[in-house]
Amino acid sequence: MKKRRELTFLDPPENRAKFRMYFYIALLILLILDFFVHKHGHFSWELAPEFFAVYGFIACTTLIFIAKALRFFVGRKEDYYEKKRGLL
Amino acid sequence: MINVVPPALIFIIGAFLIPLLKGRLKSLYMLLLPVLALIDLLYMPKGKYWIIKFLDYNLIFGRVDALSMVFAYIFVLITFIAVLYALHVKDDLQHVAAFCYAGGALGVTFVGDLFSLYVFWEILAIASLLLILARRTDRARKAGFRYFLWHFFGGLCLLAGIILYVHNRGTPEFGYIGLSDLSTYLMLIGFCLNAVVFPLHPWLPDAYPEATVTGAVFMSALTTKSAVYILARTFPGTAILIWAGAFMTCFPIFYAVIVNDMRRVLGYSLINQVGFMVCGIGIGTQLSINGTVSHAFCHIIYKALLFMSTGAVLHMTGKIRGTDLGGLYKTMPFTAICCIIGAASISGFPLTSGFVSKAMVLTAAAKGHLYLVWFMLYFASAGVFHHAGIKVPYFTFFGEDSGIRAKEPPINMRLAMGIAAFLCIFLGVYPYPLYKILPYPVDFVPYTAFHVLGMLQLLMFGALAFTLLILSGYYPAEMRAANLDTDWFLRMPGRGFVWLCQKPVVAFGNLIERISLRMAGGSSKSLPGGAVVCEDGVDKFYHVGLTSTPTIIYNWVKHLRTEVGYLPWNLAYVFICFIGFLFIMLLLGVIK
Repeated sequence: MKKRRELTFLDPPENRAKFRMYFYIALLILLILDFFVHKHGHFSWELAPEFFAVYGFIACTTLIFIAKALRFFVGRKEDYYEKKRGLL
Repeated sequence: MINVVPPALIFIIGAFLIPLLKGRLKSLYMLLLPVLALIDLLYMPKGKYWIIKFLDYNLIFGRVDALSMVFAYIFVLITFIAVLYALHVKDDLQHVAAFCYAGGALGVTFVGDLFSLYVFWEILAIASLLLILARRTDRARKAGFRYFLWHFFGGLCLLAGIILYVHNRGTPEFGYIGLSDLSTYLMLIGFCLNAVVFPLHPWLPDAYPEATVTGAVFMSALTTKSAVYILARTFPGTAILIWAGAFMTCFPIFYAVIVNDMRRVLGYSLINQVGFMVCGIGIGTQLSINGTVSHAFCHIIYKALLFMSTGAVLHMTGKIRGTDLGGLYKTMPFTAICCIIGAASISGFPLTSGFVSKAMVLTAAAKGHLYLVWFMLYFASAGVFHHAGIKVPYFTFFGEDSGIRAKEPPINMRLAMGIAAFLCIFLGVYPYPLYKILPYPVDFVPYTAFHVLGMLQLLMFGALAFTLLILSGYYPAEMRAANLDTDWFLRMPGRGFVWLCQKPVVAFGNLIERISLRMAGGSSKSLPGGAVVCEDGVDKFYHVGLTSTPTIIYNWVKHLRTEVGYLPWNLAYVFICFIGFLFIMLLLGVIK
């Protein structure tokens, strides 16, 4: 039996680590580039150094923690609406 | 001069010929219809035509200007892509419904009077309902029923608004409406329901994941965007839409993080994207309207691409929940790449279509000095990358290996995804064809070093947060769950009402029936003499030998009982009749 072709380049942990390393290097380059770019924002804070990097990081972290809290309030068992028969 | 036919007509009439054809001819015909419609569009002059006199009013089927043309182009384009994606489907109902649906959207784009607008609006609702029901599962049937109730409500609000509006102004023609009296508020509610404005949004994440694989692609493109078109036409510069839009960009991303069904995640991110458009409409400057229109154009393509790639996964594996999927890149690399391109576009990565369109709305907000809105929109930009950009591809194609080894989808699906993915990149690299057809002249340069770097920083550091949270285990795991949304406030009382009809009212009916039965001389075992039960069709009819007063009473009670069983339906029926009655009165000029 012919074995189907599969991609497995993300399976070895060292490859994953390598990808993460490239990612961190890219982040570092973005941080450095910030000092060499002509800024023309409409608000004063847009001109602050590394503003978007900090805001992006904070936004996503807050998002996750609020979403975790939200799950506590709105999360129900999967069959919540199906427990009783009916269309609504 | 006008020797072309309305494009909506090509789709709607063309749809009904589909079941007559077979095999390759049918595929060819279905692909030809959008091409025909596109040629038709190219020959349509600007202006107002196709005016039909109806009673005292003019019905206008061709109000053609730059704004309607952009939306018509994208609707026809996406119909072509989605039809190509759906070519393998054997179910004619879906094809016919899809073409009627696209025809409805094109109709909405070109109408110039409120009466025809309403008709096309309802065609949209009903045709899309069929695409949900065509899934033929119990969940789809129930979701379709709820979808219908939502759109029914929105449609009635719109109709009530239209009737009042026409009554006040004496003409059904419309252009800019703007908020003034009750009629405009009612119409705004009707439009906002289709544009998934909070709190009228839950129908979307409820119904779209239950639609058929191919139907969801049409739905992601047509209903909400035709509502965006109508809002841009009738309510530009309405301040309340700025805040409604900004809020819409923010709240769905929290849901998208915790929702498990991948198409439901996309549903919530659809609300988030439409939020950018609604916000742009609210700001109402030339730049922001341009931003809204171009964002709608790009959004339709990349959202369809995302729905197509997740649909391909559902089609090939039968699974769509994040908890069931993972590691699919191994055997579906093409689908994975398409999904990543769609994900990059929706996040607004430079060199993809989302970047060149979203930047306009963001800049418009900044130019209007709306600093809080600006913060919200940037928060949402980072957030959308987080759930649609990373979560969908990551948990589907990468992440923990689920052991599923599915093949790539059929060739027509791959072709459709390929075209959409190409367009996403093409418009990102070279947006000028799009900028040229926008309603206002564009003097906006998307690619400045500052914009590119800012967006990249925002997104990449959002990705860093994702990476760190996943590695540390803080990221909320994929979990099977139902998440409550604002529809809870309707579904629970709705159930209460159904319970009231089914339990206490029925018990009361039983009691009355038993008493009248006794009086008519029957017992719980036997019917009174001369009673005939006729089970023909839906209703049960009882005929009792009407010889004495008690038997006549019993006969009445029996008839009444059959009716009480349909109480919710009957109430709805009375309501429709009432609105229809008002409508006819208005047409006849009685209420004037």
